[in-house]
Amino acid sequence: MNHPKDLKYTESHEWIRTEKDGTLTVGITDHAQDALGDLVFIELPEVGRKLAAEEACAVVESVKAASDVYAPVAGEVVAVNSAVAEAPGDLNKDPYASWLFRIKPVDGAGPAGLLDATAYEKGLA
Amino acid sequence: MRQTPLHPAHRAAGAKLVDFAGWEMPLHYGSQLEEHHAVRRDAGMFDTSHMLAIDVEGAGGRNFLRGALANDVARLQKPGKALYSCLLNEAGGVLDDLIAYFLREDLFRLIVNAGTAQKDLAWLEGLRAKHVPQLTLRPRRDLAMIAVQGPNAREKTWRALPDLRSASEPLGAFFGAQAGDVFIARTGYTGEDGFELLVPGPRAMATWNSLAQAGVRPCGLGARDTLRLEAGMNLYGQDMDETVTPLEAGLAWTVVLDEARDFVGKSALLSRKPERELTGLVLLGRGGVLRTHQKVHAANGTGAITSGGFSPTLEKSIALARLPAGRAPGSKVQVEVRDKKLEALVVQPPFVRRGKSLLPNS
Repeated sequence: MNHPKDLKYTESHEWIRTEKDGTLTVGITDHAQDALGDLVFIELPEVGRKLAAEEACAVVESVKAASDVYAPVAGEVVAVNSAVAEAPGDLNKDPYASWLFRIKPVDGAGPAGLLDATAYEKGLA
Repeated sequence: MRQTPLHPAHRAAGAKLVDFAGWEMPLHYGSQLEEHHAVRRDAGMFDTSHMLAIDVEGAGGRNFLRGALANDVARLQKPGKALYSCLLNEAGGVLDDLIAYFLREDLFRLIVNAGTAQKDLAWLEGLRAKHVPQLTLRPRRDLAMIAVQGPNAREKTWRALPDLRSASEPLGAFFGAQAGDVFIARTGYTGEDGFELLVPGPRAMATWNSLAQAGVRPCGLGARDTLRLEAGMNLYGQDMDETVTPLEAGLAWTVVLDEARDFVGKSALLSRKPERELTGLVLLGRGGVLRTHQKVHAANGTGAITSGGFSPTLEKSIALARLPAGRAPGSKVQVEVRDKKLEALVVQPPFVRRGKSLLPNS
């Protein structure tokens, strides 16, 4: 299973990348896509939506089950990847290229407290 | 968990294994969607060895089964012919659904579901002891089962197992024949052409590997479920169980209610008009996936989805749902999908046959 070292992770199986402008890009991990199986439907939040930390804001549905995706920090949705909603199977092929949404954290909220790859993988064991 | 004789093949192929009715079975071997498409477009195979064959041996088997099954084995006149039927309790509830083969007048073979096999055997034993004590019911755990399905399934089976060709090439739909120590039948659970093979357990691995070498793709229970749902076929324990009659499960066509024959559950079926029926649903628009247990609101009452999912062939979400009787195909219902109410169209199953959509306007 592939969990890149340069990303941060949550216990609810999101990955988070901090962009140069301070926004956070969010997707679901390789472990999550493997556990769900082939994805067939993805629902993304509206751009501009304000999220609380750990608020459910996207849904990924596979051939097997529906699963919520949570905001890793409080903030505002500034972009969504509508291409992945059109072709959910792309996420199975490359979960790190297939990001879901991007958040601008509220002041003071950052990726602090998130897991690194080693800690995330330890939690899976 | 119990394992079938094909378990080493599943492990070697890297299958994701799950518990199914106490058996460790392959869910998929990588991609459930690709396995589904392989069956619709080419050929795939399933390990169905967790299901149980029960041989009904001895004189009087036909009469025994005429009394035990809701469908009438009197319909089976040519050796090898198969019949789909429900096994009912006295209240008309479905104990199981099964296939009955007429092999000889003194030999019928039933294929029953894995999760119900012990219950079925005990039930049938009770009927046998009471009505036809000279019969023998022989569970055939010595046999493994492989279903080879898809438009190229027959050709690829013959390429892999040329010895089976002469016995199986003349078989019409829903017929089976013995070919040496293999029983081969033109049946399945996918809506495609193909065969189901019953082979001695020790030969299962060699048979499976020959089929794989001939280009038959191993497929797991995940694809088996989406294929049967597209084909409008019920899954026992989900679309029906002991609380439901076959008339409430879309299976009136499998119940023979003629006056001359009595069978277990008949008087219960005749005593009340079914208030619910099983129907097909197609999700309109996008917004989610129909799933088992979601609530359905129709103009004449509420019901629930019994099997729902994403149809890889139609690229739409489809479902079987049990609703109050009397909704016409073409009417619309609302389904509670997560926090939303989504519109779905009522259709008559099946949704897909022989690789083609059967939906209106498609």
